[in-house]
Amino acid sequence: MTRWQSLWRRHKVEEQLDKEVRFHLDQHTADLIAQGHSPAEARRQARLAMGGAEQVKEECRDARGTRWLEDLWKDVRYAARTLRQRPGFAAVATLTLALGIGAATAIFSAVNPILFEPLPYPHADRITMIWDSYEGVRCDVTFHTYRELAARSRSFEAMAVMEAWRPAMSGAAQPERFGGQRVSAGYFRALGVAPALGRDFEAADDRFKGPRVTILSETLWRRRFSGDSAIVGSQTKLDGDLYTVIGVMPKGFENVLASSAELWAPLQYDAGNVTNYESEEWGHHLHMIGRLRPGLGVDQARRELNAIALHRVGQFPRPPFASLEHGLMVNAMQGEITRFVKPVLLAFLGAVILVLLIASVNVTNLLLARGAQRRGEFAMRAALGAGRPRLIRQLLTESLLLAALGGVLGIVVAEFGTEALVALSPAGLPRVGAIAIDGAAFAFASGIAALVGLLIGLVPAMHAYRVDLAAGIQQGSRRTAGGRQLTRRTLAVSEVALAIVLLVSAGLLFRSLERLFAIPPGFDAAHLLTMQVQYSGHRYDDDSARLRFLGQALEAVQRVPGVASAAFTSLLPLSGDQYGVYGAHFEDGNGYDVFRYAATPGYCETMGIALRRGRFLDEHDTAGAPPAVLISESLAKRQFPGQDPIGRRVHVGPTDRPWFTIVGVVGDVKQGSLADRQADAVYMTPAQWWFGEDAMSLVVRARDGVTELAPAIESAIWSVDKDQPIVRVATVDALLAASESQRRFAMIVFEAFALVALALAATGIYGVLSGGVTERMREIEVRAALGASRGDLLSLVVRQGMMLTGLGVALGLIGAAAASRALMTLLFGVSPLDPVTYLGVIALAAAVSAIACAVPAWRAARVDPSITLRAE
Amino acid sequence: MTAKSDLPQGTLDLLILKVVALGPVHGYAIAQRLQQVSRDVVQAPQGSLYPALHRLENRGFLSADWKDTETGREAKFYRLTRKGRAQLETEAASWQRLTEAVGLILKLSEGGVQ
Repeated sequence: MTRWQSLWRRHKVEEQLDKEVRFHLDQHTADLIAQGHSPAEARRQARLAMGGAEQVKEECRDARGTRWLEDLWKDVRYAARTLRQRPGFAAVATLTLALGIGAATAIFSAVNPILFEPLPYPHADRITMIWDSYEGVRCDVTFHTYRELAARSRSFEAMAVMEAWRPAMSGAAQPERFGGQRVSAGYFRALGVAPALGRDFEAADDRFKGPRVTILSETLWRRRFSGDSAIVGSQTKLDGDLYTVIGVMPKGFENVLASSAELWAPLQYDAGNVTNYESEEWGHHLHMIGRLRPGLGVDQARRELNAIALHRVGQFPRPPFASLEHGLMVNAMQGEITRFVKPVLLAFLGAVILVLLIASVNVTNLLLARGAQRRGEFAMRAALGAGRPRLIRQLLTESLLLAALGGVLGIVVAEFGTEALVALSPAGLPRVGAIAIDGAAFAFASGIAALVGLLIGLVPAMHAYRVDLAAGIQQGSRRTAGGRQLTRRTLAVSEVALAIVLLVSAGLLFRSLERLFAIPPGFDAAHLLTMQVQYSGHRYDDDSARLRFLGQALEAVQRVPGVASAAFTSLLPLSGDQYGVYGAHFEDGNGYDVFRYAATPGYCETMGIALRRGRFLDEHDTAGAPPAVLISESLAKRQFPGQDPIGRRVHVGPTDRPWFTIVGVVGDVKQGSLADRQADAVYMTPAQWWFGEDAMSLVVRARDGVTELAPAIESAIWSVDKDQPIVRVATVDALLAASESQRRFAMIVFEAFALVALALAATGIYGVLSGGVTERMREIEVRAALGASRGDLLSLVVRQGMMLTGLGVALGLIGAAAASRALMTLLFGVSPLDPVTYLGVIALAAAVSAIACAVPAWRAARVDPSITLRAE
Repeated sequence: MTAKSDLPQGTLDLLILKVVALGPVHGYAIAQRLQQVSRDVVQAPQGSLYPALHRLENRGFLSADWKDTETGREAKFYRLTRKGRAQLETEAASWQRLTEAVGLILKLSEGGVQ
């Protein structure tokens, strides 16, 4: 209270302090006069005894404790004034800090919700994902495995399995397909979120041939049903069936396992008929989650489930492919959904810390340079009674003010940064919707700004501490310049070193992508358009209807002007299609995992996949004809080294069906990604496969323009069946680029950081050299007067600059060699010590620093000795 | 003039409290009193007197108001608060204990040498 009062009555307090000190001096003087001293002598002695009235007052202010607030206010005003006096310096420093703080905040706002914040569910740490495993690799569980675990395990409050569901809502002008999930009844309970309207799924909903019910997301409910709360109980048509809407999820419900899912329906698998091992219920295609009971750890649950895996009971038979003998994997859900992006995000975090450091070092250097110019000012203030702590505080206030300005501007930078990050983010990035400049990001930015403000003020403050009063006031003196120059050089060297680390990282990622895109995908991606068609409605319950549709659609598409050829395939390379892997067993019993393409005749020709031997599939390979198959070159080499595979036979999938006869060998194709090594594949016509696919991808080779063809092709398909939803319309070129989107994402971010770092480091070197030239102007002038040539003077400065760069590069390369190991998972085909990258970075750094040296060097070389001589 | 001793750390506060305890007094008078009573042995630097006064006031041991002196000038008179009196007692007591202990030790060491 008194503290505040005295602050507000500051003026009065000051007045009283002054009065009190004056009273003392006057009394003392009067007493001394009474003792016989002359008035002048008396006053002198009184002052001497007091010991500096201003200093006493200063100490009194300190003692009263209101000092810090008054000083703060004064310091801030003073700092603002000094910054205003040098708008150029203030602008450069603020922008540099804004860049650093903004970049750091943007990365933080992306990393925080994904890696650090708990998932948006109550007690999210208790939600786990459960996988079957094969030789240490995760695989999805089967329905019967889920049934067994749910029945036997005691560790979980709720367990659930789910699969993707993409129902089409027909009836509207254009059929729309939705992202959705089919889930077992406990799904939302496992997540811990209940519908806001209506009810959750119950066990009675999730039974074989059970009622058709659905729960909607809040956004779908608003978009499609205009938020009508009478929706619960009404019916809507999905894939030709009437579904009853039983619930709507709450606003803001985030479905992290399938962020595009907008509606849910019960799984309704058949719990009976357990020994039919070919049934859907034994397919490894369900994701599984479980919510732990309170107080139970993931380790305990893992032990329990693995004990269950080891001990079979007669009630739950298991086929060999789901024997669980390789154990079950149980991990926290957050770790599971972030495991692919974690290395990238952590690398970003590391990189942005480097950028922030460089920015801070740069501003520190600017402050030091300004400190050199302000030496006189500080010396004067020290002489006038300002204590050293006071001066240091003043400097820290200035740097904190700069950092605060930088922080405010940094938030703006971060807003743009997060937008760019979200726009660039690869498809697999979880919780993209949660990336925003929120309270946490604000707090982070403020904290970082405060920290940076202190750090960048510290070095100049330490130097101010060493201010030599006498030397400072003598304006001509250059004696204190030495230490400051050394610090500034050290800082410039560290800037270069940090920038090198980023440059090398960016370079390695760039080279990885270059290597990747140099890999032939095995087909000709140019002028290829693709889209996916999924059968919707009961008229396709019959497989022959599906084949009929394929034939008619192809005919219609081929009539579109500009289409050179077209074909359908069950599995499209680089599209992210899954579930296309089957076991292939040859006559000698050898078995391989292969990609299986059910593709209409003309597929390989349309894609531009090379024929190595035999023939392609053609229109004679129909249902009644002997089953024909193409195998990939890699499979042919593995199974038939040095032999002709044509005429050999193979089973694809179940071994109790007729053999496929190999009629041709085709070139290898990259299915999953360009980095894939696995290229074993088989191709057969849909007519000769034993079931109809649910979805097929159309590939169209255009004569020239490719994207313009899309509407015409879509309407050609709709001319055959107007209710067929079409999704994933894209050029194959785009798919190719998207298949490496995570690496590309990493590369773009690193390149941006590296460029900023390089620019900052260059200005750092420039600043140091330029400051050095100014401080050494007299020496340079004398040298010039003594006959040093322009070349000598040039090389004097350039040599110094190159030495700084060289030292920074050397240190940076060591750092880069260590840091690049963190990037290992993102690299492809290049060693983390790739000499081309390192040499390139060295050349780049040398070139940029040469430019940074040029201006100061030129200034030094233009010195006119006659001016100096006259001045001296 | 005899050699003057510097005040041990913290004793200035104690001396001020003691002087002020005798009645409301202004800063210059405190300085005078300290010098006279200690017979010039203790040199309380006047420069450090005022910060100490302000510190004690700030901590609530002293209160102050402005009154006229006998010469008619307005001066700041310090008075001991109840809190200040308690502080004086504890400080004085601990000073006593300290000096007795130090005295004892000094005698002891003399005995040890002989």
